[in-house]
Formats: sequence, C-alpha cells, structure tokens
Amino acid sequence: MPAVSKGDGMRGLAVFISDIRNCKSKEAEIKRINKELANIRSKFKGDKALDGYSKKKYVCKLLFIFLLGHDIDFGHMEAVNLLSSNKYTEKQIGYLFISVLVNSNSELIRLINNAIKNDLSSRNPTFMCLALHCIANVGSREMAEAFAGEIPRILVAGDTMDSVKQSAALCLLRLYKTSPDLVLMGEWTSRVVHLLNDQHMGVVTAAISLITCLSQKNPDEFKTCVSLAVSRLSRIVSSASTDLQDYTYYFVPAPWLSCKLLRLLQCYPPPEDGAVKGRLVECLETILNKAQEPPKSKKVQHSNAKNAILFEAISLIIHYDSEPNLLVRACNQLGQFLQHRETNLRYLALESMCTLASSEFSHEAVKTHIETVINALKTERDVSVRQRAADLLYAMCDRSNAKQIVAEMLSYLETADYSIREEMVLKVAILAEKYAVDYSWYVDTILNLIRIAGDYVSEEVWYRVIQIVINRDDVQGYAAKTVFEALQAPACHENMVKVGGYILGEFGNLIAGDPRSSPLVQFNLLHSKFHLCSVPTRALLLSAYIKFINLFPETKSTIQEVLRSDSQIRNSDVELQQRAVEYLKLSSIASTDVLATVLEEMPPFPERESSILAKLKKKKGPGAVSVNELEEGKREGGELNGGGERGGDSSAISTPSPSADLLGLRAGPPVTAAAPSAGSLLVDVFSEAGVNDDGFLSSAPPSVVSEDPAPPLPESNELLNKFVCKNNGVLFENQLLQIGIKSEYRQNLGRMYLFYGNKTSVQFVTFTTTVTCPGELQSHILHIHTWNSLEPLIEGGAQVQQVINIECLTDFSDAPLLNIKFRYGGALQNLTLKLPVTINKFFQPTEMASHDFFQRWKQLSLPQQEAQKIFKANHAMDTEVLKAKLLGLGMALLENVDPNPENFVCAGVIQTKAQQVGSLLRLEPNAQAQMYRLTVRSSKDTVSKRLCELLAEQF
Amino acid sequence: MIKFLLMVNKQGQTRLSKYYEQVELGKRAALEADVVRGCLARRKEECSFVEYKDYKLVYRQYAALFIVVGITENENELSIYELVHNFVEVLDKYFSRVSELDIMFNLDKVHIILDEMILNGHIVETNKNRILAPLLALDKMAES
Repeated sequence: MPAVSKGDGMRGLAVFISDIRNCKSKEAEIKRINKELANIRSKFKGDKALDGYSKKKYVCKLLFIFLLGHDIDFGHMEAVNLLSSNKYTEKQIGYLFISVLVNSNSELIRLINNAIKNDLSSRNPTFMCLALHCIANVGSREMAEAFAGEIPRILVAGDTMDSVKQSAALCLLRLYKTSPDLVLMGEWTSRVVHLLNDQHMGVVTAAISLITCLSQKNPDEFKTCVSLAVSRLSRIVSSASTDLQDYTYYFVPAPWLSCKLLRLLQCYPPPEDGAVKGRLVECLETILNKAQEPPKSKKVQHSNAKNAILFEAISLIIHYDSEPNLLVRACNQLGQFLQHRETNLRYLALESMCTLASSEFSHEAVKTHIETVINALKTERDVSVRQRAADLLYAMCDRSNAKQIVAEMLSYLETADYSIREEMVLKVAILAEKYAVDYSWYVDTILNLIRIAGDYVSEEVWYRVIQIVINRDDVQGYAAKTVFEALQAPACHENMVKVGGYILGEFGNLIAGDPRSSPLVQFNLLHSKFHLCSVPTRALLLSAYIKFINLFPETKSTIQEVLRSDSQIRNSDVELQQRAVEYLKLSSIASTDVLATVLEEMPPFPERESSILAKLKKKKGPGAVSVNELEEGKREGGELNGGGERGGDSSAISTPSPSADLLGLRAGPPVTAAAPSAGSLLVDVFSEAGVNDDGFLSSAPPSVVSEDPAPPLPESNELLNKFVCKNNGVLFENQLLQIGIKSEYRQNLGRMYLFYGNKTSVQFVTFTTTVTCPGELQSHILHIHTWNSLEPLIEGGAQVQQVINIECLTDFSDAPLLNIKFRYGGALQNLTLKLPVTINKFFQPTEMASHDFFQRWKQLSLPQQEAQKIFKANHAMDTEVLKAKLLGLGMALLENVDPNPENFVCAGVIQTKAQQVGSLLRLEPNAQAQMYRLTVRSSKDTVSKRLCELLAEQF
Repeated sequence: MIKFLLMVNKQGQTRLSKYYEQVELGKRAALEADVVRGCLARRKEECSFVEYKDYKLVYRQYAALFIVVGITENENELSIYELVHNFVEVLDKYFSRVSELDIMFNLDKVHIILDEMILNGHIVETNKNRILAPLLALDKMAES
C-alpha cells in the first residue's frame, strides 16, 4: 500500500481542514470558513494567473466547504478550467467539483461539454472514465443531446477497455432515464444484450443495470436477455467459490451480480423454452440448497451475502408463482429465519413471507408459522420488525384463523407504537369484516377497537359498523345491547358515543324490554355524554333523541324538555340550534303516524366497496392490499342484505346519518315528506365512487358535458323490449363497450346497477354518463339528481359499476335515456340508449280467486280502462315460456281462474308514489292462427294502453 | 436503485455525501440530519433497515462512523448491506485501517473509490483490486 501522506501535496488544504476541526463552536467554524472564502475569492479575482496546482487546491477547499453544508456561489469557472488540464489529479478535482456542485441547467454546460468531448476522444481510458462519470452524474438534456449518439458506440466497440465499458453502460442508463427520446437503442439492442456474456464480470455487473432498465421499458425488444441471464446465473451458481477469484466475496461467488441477474429475470414471466426453464429451476434449487449447507465461514459477511442471493431467488419464485415445490421450500426456509438471532434476517423473512402468503400454493405453508409471527409481534424489540409481523399476520389471515389473529392484533394495539396505530386499526376493522361469520363477533371487535384506540378509529371505520348493523337485522339487538354496555364506562371515546347514539336511536327498542335498559335509562345514558362531545356528535345525538320520541312515546316529555332548554334551542351553533328547534316542533305538531313515517328506521345502505378498504388502499398506495376477495365477498353479501331501497332524499328524513348531516335538513324544513309536486319518475343517480368518501350522498357536482347527447340508437326500443320481462342481462354491446344491467324493484322504488365493461385493451378516457327523462317525463319530473362521479377512466378490460336509484312518482310511458360519452383512442364515442325502466317494473303481484277476479274485471268496464290488441305470434307458442314471461312481467299469474285453461290471466297493482293502479290482464292464445288476443284493464287508461303496447312485443 | 450514500459521525457531522438523484442543496442538510437522527436512535439489536419516507435506509456502523444508504423498494437490502462492508474493506485496504480522519483528509480519493463502485445509483464494480486500480495508478504517477 502506498504511504498516504495526509493531504498529499496540498499543505494549505490540510491546514485548513485541521483548523476547521479545531474550531470549538459553530460560530468559530463559520468565521474561519468566511475568512477562507474571502481569501479564495481574492485569489481567483487577482491579477496573477493561478497555476493548475493552486486552482486545484482552492477548488478542493471550496468542495470541502460545500460538503460541510455551506453554499458555494463561485469557483465554477476555475473548476471548468481544470477540466482541460493534462494532469490527472487536476482534471479529477475539476470533474468532482462539477459532478457535485453543478446542477444540470447551468450555463457552463457548453464549456463542460467541450471538455468532455475532448476527453472522450482522447483514447486515454482514465480520462474517458472521468468524462463518462461526469455525464452520468450531471445527465442534463444538453449532455444527452451532445453524447447520446456517441456513448452506445463506445459501449459496444471491440477495442474499448473494460473499465470504460462499465462507465459507458451506466452513463447511457442515466441519459436514457433523463432523455429517453434521445437514446435510440435500435441497432445496438442485440449487442448490448450480449454484454451479459462478456467475459469480464465487472462489465456484466454494469451492463445488467442498463439492460434491466431497458427491459422494463421495452420488454419485447430485450426478451433475448432471459436465456442469457439464466445461463450466466447458472455458471455463477454452480461454480466453486474459487473460480471467480476476485469476484468472490467471503466464499460467495459474485453475490451482487447474482442478485442483479435474479432481479432482471423478475422483469419477465417464466421462460417459455423448456430447456431454459429447466436450467433456471435447477439454479433456484441450487441456491435454496446452498443456503442450507453449513457455512464456509463464520463471518457474518458470508451468510449475509449468501442470504442476499437467497432472498432475491425467493422474490423470483414468488414472482413466477407457478412452482408449488419451490414456493413451499422457500416458505420453509424463511420459516427458519423467523427465529434467527440476526434481526435483519427476521425482518427480511417476515417481509418476504408477506408476499408468499398471497400465493395460493404457499398460503397454507405460511399459516403454519402463525405462532412464531404472533410471538414476534409481542416480543420483538424493534418497531420495524413488529410492523412487518403485523403485516404478515394481516396477509396470512383467512377464515380459519381470523379470530385468533384479530384478537392478537387487538391486544397488540393496546401497546402499539403510535406511528402504526391507525394502520393497525384499519387492518383489524377490515379483517373483522372480511371474515365475520358471526356478526356479533364483528360488532364486539369494532367496539373494542374504539375502546382501545378510539383516537385512531377514523370515520370510515365507524361508518362501516353502522352500515353493517343497519343492513343485517340479525345483529341489531346484539349491537344495541353491546353498545349500551360499552357506554356505561365512565370515560368512553367520542366515537363510541357516536356509534352508541346512532345504534340506540335506531334499535334502542330492541333492548328496551329490560328494565335495566329502559328507554329513559338509555336516554339518560346518552345524554350524560352530551356535554363532553363536539358539535357534530351533539348534532347526531339530537337526531337520536328525536328518533327516541318516535320509538318510545313515554320519553317525549323528557326529551322535549331537553330540546327546549336554552342550551339547545339558543345554542350558538347554528346547526345544533336548528336541529333543536325543528325537532321540538316536529315532535309537538306531527301526528304519531307522520312521526313514524318521517322517523322510520333507516333503510339498508347500498352495498359497495368497504370504505375502510379504500382508505387503507389510499394509505398504502394501490396494489398494496389484495382486495378482490373482500370485494367479491361483499357483492354476495350485498345480495343477501340487499333488496332494501333508500328513499329518495326528499321523501323522508330518516336518521342521524353517519355523516352527521340529516338528509335534506340543511336544505329545507324537515317535513318534506309530502312531495312538493306531482311528477312521474324520479331518477336518482349516484355512483359508487361519489358515495364512498363520506359514507353518504356526497355532493360531487353534476357533470357537465359539452357535446350534445346523441339521439337514441335506432335499436334502443328493441333493447328496451328485451327487458320488459326480465331485470338482469346485457343491455348493450358493441366492439368497444358492454353494458350489463342488474336491477331490483320493490313497491315504487327501484335500484339499477349498471356495469360498464371496456372490451378493448385501451383505456377509455373522459367516460361520463347522464340519465335524462325526455318529453312528457321531463315536464312531470321532479328532480334528477345526478351524482356522476364515475371514475372518468376505464382501463382496458376493466369494468366499472354505477348505481341508479329510481322512484316512480306517477305512471309513465316513455323510458328515461342513458347517454354515454367517452373517448376511445381520441375519438369521441357518444351513444344514447333507453334505460329499461318500464311501468310494469313497479307491479306488486296480487293473488285472487276466480270470483274476485271477474268481479274486478267487471268493475273496470269503462271503455277507456280497457286496451286490447290482437297480434301475430313472434315466437313459438310454448306454454312454459309464456308463463315465465308473464311472471317476469311482475304480475301474479292466476291459475284456475279463466274457464278456458289455454288462457292466461294475471293481476297486479302498480305502485307509484301518487297512487296505486290495479291492473288485470288476459292473454288468449290461438294456436291454430298463431295469434294472440291481449286484453288489459286497469284503473287508469294510460296504464292499460302502455302495458298493452309493451306486452304486444313480447310474445 | 441507490438514492444516496452518507458517511456521518456520531455527532451528526456529514463526512461524505453522494446523491444519485437530484436533491436540492437546501433540503440535503435537513435530510441528512433527519436520517442520522433516525439511525442514531436505534439500538444495536434493532435491524439495519429502516423505512424512511418512500424509500428504505440501510445502515451500518463502524466505530463512531455511520454509513447510511438510501435505496428504493426494489433493491435487495442485504446486498446493499454487504456492499457497504465491501466499500469499507476497500477503504481499509487503501488507507490501511481507515479512520474518520483519512476520509476527511482524502475526500477526493474516497470519492474516486466510491465512483468506481457505484455509478448513478447502480453497482458497477465489486472487485477490490479493480476498484483500486485507477487510484494506485494515480499514486504511482504522483510519486514519479
């Protein structure tokens, strides 16, 4: 080794550094530095031309001062001058200064480029390397423009020195990252890929970074690198540790290169070529085997290097997710690390296992380690390791172990670090919901969550528990009981009060039978928390009180007393005051019936993606949690719970809504139950996304579309007819788009799910939909609420869902129009369809005996009440098909009513908001003539006519 | 990829910093202080990988000197951990038992060594002899 004389040749610099080191205070240091800066400035400005050595010395000092954290605003020119020196040390300091201090848009770039150009053409490898390093470090646009063409040539030229090739590879990578448009690989591609075969390991190491980056951007062009990488890896893995001499690190052959090769392979799917794949699997097996062998050295460096390769190999195995054997082996090996004494290994094993848990092949194997992981969560002394353990528990959770895992996570939460509590809370809430078989367990879990970590329970979490309790009547009583007990605690979290207020307000009656939780006890308990709560919670409690008046008339006077007190009715908060005044008025003037209607139990919430999950996704970024399973689970659950419909928002004030904002209350007086005007169809569109955010009807502005909607498609009537007798199916399909429909109706309300599927591989942009009611509908229409915040993007192959709520106000004939606009590859697509909402959807079937039927038939004998049509059969006259269609129509199909068994008779009542329209139908097929006679009688002429028109197309 | 490499002493003074991604000068000091505080606060038995903002820190302590490397998600932690050691071994070989003072007084040489090992946030060379070759050639020139 050379004797390193400190400060080697630059005494002034050494003295300066010593001075700085001897400074006792920051002030002294600054003083010394300012003195030096003044000195250097005067030297640079002085008349005497400085020689190379002095310039180097001063530039070096400036560099040192900069590294101490002081701004340097001069000396750049001198540094640039040093570049053209012939002395290596001077040139090197110049380049160093520029790499560290010159940012890419400096005006000196042109001068610097000039110097670089000279060095690149000097054919002196050390100078070339310096120049390439400088380009790699600065990497500005100007540099890319000047050198992007030159560098690939240097990289692949046969006579380039190895060290220069290495620098050139990474230099090119930098330019590719900053200005991809200037780096055209085209003709060089294959030669660059073949650098993987270079006999020099250093060149391979450098080239592989470049190839990895290029492969990520253009996987097809660089596909050939897979087989080359596999053979290179195989040669390294199977070599004895002495073969690679200097590239062996503590008896491990080329650990860094191996990692990089394995990383490169992760840019591609498993090799298709059987031989290549076989070789690769063999490599991976060898790596797993070697990790099990007794160590060749006791040094930690040896095992670290070996394990670095092992972890990278496991990443590749997980990436392929196709070799069950390897996956399970990987899992076992990681399992051993879970109890390793090296914290680093435990950390990495937990992290790696987290991804293994999501593979179907290794999920079970991962689960066997549950005890160890739980133990890690409890005993690890390092928060980052505990965090990994919690992540892994979340990932390995399924139906079989959910209760255990949730219990462990809850108990950990009591002592968890503040930094991770919120995330833990979300995770517990999600697991509890996802795997709840028994919903009382779910309720217990969430209430515990609020009790233990109330501050970290975000709104989404408690909204969600309320949504679930409302939608599932089997758990409501239990929820009321539990929340009542939880509220007994002397100090309970405000979130608990919110949940308590909401649930008791809705379901307090379910526990009121017990004298220990009689209505008044419930009320007093809630009210005892009132004064400690914030305004939104108080508002929610007030709504709960008015609900109490409805549930328990005996509490009316007590509650009115409270509402009447000055602290409520004169409250300085407008919202509270308004609620107090209005509720007080409502409770005193409305009749019991009106009260019961207005304060009816909340209808079930529309099912949608859990808002908590959305929040976790937001926290972790997309792709961090696997959501498919839960979403599917929810959809099924949705059908079980579903069927309920939300009233249109002007028709009922219902409950303290989770967003603590009573529906419509802000906008107007509470009793808007009587619809302000007569109309025919209220279509209320809100998309999933719009509702998600605050758990309720949020108010994204109605979308404004500039282009006029296209006229309805010519086939839209036909499409509409397809849906008269059925509720689900594909409404529309062309080469780009498929629209599916699922709908359900009850009484005068309906909910329609629209599924927009992108059939192409290209995304649709500015995707908007609007529902309008044309013509006559329009003039009668009350409101159209369009919360149309559907994601404006639909990825290729993806599907988005929209929900439309429909309320039928009076009978109607025309169908609402659905207009869809989006851009596909720049071209505007604009199409209008008829939304298959027909009057018969609101039928309520009525069973009646033969006698009744004919009596009513006679009652509807006015000529305009009857509509009749005689028409030719369009389809085969199959009795079963006819029956199915008539049932699909929504009326009751009455057997043994008509004396002629060939005939069909049906009865039903159309439910509209304004009135009920009873309808009777008789269909007489004539098989010989292939004709039908259809007669419809109903109490309203327009209905008869419309039904007749609709049905005539069906048979 | 590697975002930055820092050498910091226990007092929190930066002895060497190398950024492979543009970080504003003003923000560097804050980042360095933050990073050092994070690492100093950790005990021996805690693991050497820390999540910090959107990247990970891999650190290793040598006497009073910390070497901290900021890496992106897709980098192999252990291989970086050993890269740090390899770097220190190269410094050791060149300075024969390297100390904080060697690094301060020979900053240019430490930079040359680092540039031979990491370029642009990617590993270029891991072979000790080849890393030192240009520097040794340089010393020979200086002697003659």
